[in-house]
Amino acid sequence: MNAVAAAPAGVLDVALQSAETTQFRAQDWFAVLRQQGWHTFQSLPMPTRDNEKWRFSDARTLSLDGYAPAPAPTSAQVADLIARSRLVSDAAGLIVHVDGHCVLKPTLAPELVAQGVVFEALEDAVRTRPALLQAHLLKHPVLLGGDKFAALHRAWLRAGYVLHVPKGVEVKQPFVSVTWTLTDDVAVFPHALVITGERAVADIHDFHLSAKADQRALAISAADIHAGTGSQVRRLAVQAWGSATQSFQVDNTCGGRDALISSVNAAVGSRRARLENCVRIDGEGADVRLYGISVATGEQEFDQRTLQIHAAGHAKSDLLFKNALLGKARTIFSGLIKVAPDAQRTDAYQTNRNLLLSPDAEADSLPGLEIEANDVKCSHGATTGQVSPEELFYLRARGIPLAAAQELLAQGFLEEVLAKVGHAEAAEAVRGMLREKFHQA
Amino acid sequence: MAEIDDNLAQREAIEVDRSKGDFKYEENYAFDAGVGLSAATVDYIAKVKGEEEWIREFRQKSLKIFQDMPMPTHWATADLENIKFEDIRYYLSKGQKPVRTWEEVPDDVKKTFERLGIPESERKFLAGVEAQFDSEAVYSRMKEELEKLGVIFCGPTEGLRDHPEIFRKWFGKVIPIGDNKFAALNSAVFSGGSFIYIPKGVKVAQPLQAYFRINAENFGQFERTLIIADEGSEVTYMEGCTAPKFETATLHSAVVELVALKGAKIQYITVQNWSANVFNLVTKRGVAEEDAEVRWIDCNIGSRLTMKYPGVVLRGKRARGEVLSIALANDGQHQDTGAKMIHAADDTTSNIIAKSISVGEGRSTYRGLVHIPKTLSNCRNNTECDALLINEHSRTDTYPAISVRGRKNSVQHEASVSKVSAEQIFYMMQRGLSEGEAMSLAVNGFVNDLVKEFPMEYSVELKRLIELQMEGSVG
Repeated sequence: MNAVAAAPAGVLDVALQSAETTQFRAQDWFAVLRQQGWHTFQSLPMPTRDNEKWRFSDARTLSLDGYAPAPAPTSAQVADLIARSRLVSDAAGLIVHVDGHCVLKPTLAPELVAQGVVFEALEDAVRTRPALLQAHLLKHPVLLGGDKFAALHRAWLRAGYVLHVPKGVEVKQPFVSVTWTLTDDVAVFPHALVITGERAVADIHDFHLSAKADQRALAISAADIHAGTGSQVRRLAVQAWGSATQSFQVDNTCGGRDALISSVNAAVGSRRARLENCVRIDGEGADVRLYGISVATGEQEFDQRTLQIHAAGHAKSDLLFKNALLGKARTIFSGLIKVAPDAQRTDAYQTNRNLLLSPDAEADSLPGLEIEANDVKCSHGATTGQVSPEELFYLRARGIPLAAAQELLAQGFLEEVLAKVGHAEAAEAVRGMLREKFHQA
Repeated sequence: MAEIDDNLAQREAIEVDRSKGDFKYEENYAFDAGVGLSAATVDYIAKVKGEEEWIREFRQKSLKIFQDMPMPTHWATADLENIKFEDIRYYLSKGQKPVRTWEEVPDDVKKTFERLGIPESERKFLAGVEAQFDSEAVYSRMKEELEKLGVIFCGPTEGLRDHPEIFRKWFGKVIPIGDNKFAALNSAVFSGGSFIYIPKGVKVAQPLQAYFRINAENFGQFERTLIIADEGSEVTYMEGCTAPKFETATLHSAVVELVALKGAKIQYITVQNWSANVFNLVTKRGVAEEDAEVRWIDCNIGSRLTMKYPGVVLRGKRARGEVLSIALANDGQHQDTGAKMIHAADDTTSNIIAKSISVGEGRSTYRGLVHIPKTLSNCRNNTECDALLINEHSRTDTYPAISVRGRKNSVQHEASVSKVSAEQIFYMMQRGLSEGEAMSLAVNGFVNDLVKEFPMEYSVELKRLIELQMEGSVG
């Protein structure tokens, strides 16, 4: 730890990275995993715009220089941030990280512990549950172009949590993780590892927040979700880093037979934020719902890449990403549905809707299909447009000012996705963040 | 009765099914640029054609760009790597000059086109026709009344030589040399094609037609077409193509530029039925000025790999662009087609409707681009692409790219993938159709609303071609 505090060198410093890795000397496999990450990171080029997976992204301004791990926060700072982390009152467990340091470890109700539920800081689980982690941690291939960033995440992996809900256990309350950035130019690499056993039920809320509104930081987060046979996994992931942050989020989910998977990705913060969300259906009867919601303002760039892989037949997936754009903001939605040659009787859908609230905003849409089976129902739709003049007129005729009317209609546009959050308090928290963005803009 | 016979004759006249196209004549060429591509090949072509120095320089510059540009395999299929540019013959001709009467056409060439039914079709319903055999046009004729109105219909050599004041201004401007690797290749070695000028206000009621034929093995055909419709004029142009089945792959790489000036309308119809070893890599783009309309009707049934994305640059206010596309991919075929709509003026509208059918192990791909920049307002685009998958291992991909900024612009894109429902087939079989007939009928129903947009003779032909392709796909 001292090495980190004494040398403010960046995340691209090999000496610093290996110094931290040596702390895991006793966990050989984990040290090797980090080393592999470092080598992969160095062997890969930075993405450029002519890379199809980075099409429309502003790849020229990508930079990893000048970000470094930060020392542990003071107890006063910690107390404040933990208090601000209590966004949901009925959490089954709460874990809080500040600048990559775990400052609040979860305590679970005794009956959950008795049922074998595990909700732990990743750095503890590395020591206490090597078998579980070795079987699931970073096992998914990175398919959507963020390989280099995912490799850097692997090289610096330490922060994050592991959630394991064993066979038959249904937990109704959400497991909540709040990850903060506090120091300017900090680099954080939060990880979420979720494993559900047969018929297990888990609800997860991930909040990525910054202590101050204009926080400068580099955040490369990843989620590994393994939904077992017949299990139900519902996840809300909120990206609300400070406005000078570069965020890369690489999420991978695989679903077994009859699994029910639903995710809502809300994007509010960062200067640029890239989300890669890949779901692979491995078992028949699985049902996957992917939702996205964002309000992009100023010069923000939200880059959303999704992949729905149907490796098994008789399964369903449905995606809906909605973006509201103000100022000079830009959103890129690139989605692909892939149906494997034998995945007959697949139902797969994808919809992207963009609402342009400013003439300088730009919405790019790349909805794609790759279908190799014939007995399928697949479709995609993408629309980009404005608030309807009739609706605006209706509200203004009732004395509502133009700006307020626009905001109301835009909020109505986003409500369809908010309704999918399935937890009133969390949905209200997200609604508040979205509303605030309209007022800043 | 006479009328019915006439109709029948018309239909027969344009029959270009596979078996009919699959024959070839002995090769005895007076001019042969040899095998492979170098600066010398390009100079040879320019010299044989007696071209001016600026054209030779244009060709040489294009060759350099072609050689420097990488293959676009970072997004396109790796099958492109199988094109052996060094084995291709870039220019072959019998030293023919396009003749005005069918009798003057050399016998073997005449037989080729007669077997394909070209001259009769001209007599029946075309305003003008041009037939290209390998690198050069062998026959070109247009109705006299059109000539009197000032309509020009010739090849690129004649166009640039005899009417530079009309054609040079737009030549290589809609599709610049460096647009893509294959446009550069065409610009280096182009030969044959149609240069058409329709004067102000002239509305050509009947279509102009060109027919392209590859006769020699390992031959690359690089025709170049430029159609300029002056203010308020209207024209429809149709092209058809065939080649015999050779052992080795053949390359067809055309560049087609359309210019619709203020209030003009151009409709460009293609029925592509190359044999299944032809690489068909074509760049097609039109410019539509104020109140003008450019409409591409593109039908791809043949070839091994087609990569073709007809585009419209909507440069003037209220311009309109449309692409209607039908693709059918059978075993060993990849139809990678689509459309591009570049909005560059206010109040412009564009429409894309693409339908593809994948049979057996065929693969069809839709790629689209819709671009509305921030300075514009009131632009609209509608895109619909539907794919039909016939067999278990048929494949389809859809890759649209849509980029929108500005005020009051709106786009909508929809795509769907489906198969012919078992209920439909059952219903038809119950009424006495065989499974194959039922399938064929269902497929024709799927494309019917697009086929209706074709001139009658072509839509009949198209239906027949689809039926032919569907044979043996079920059961």
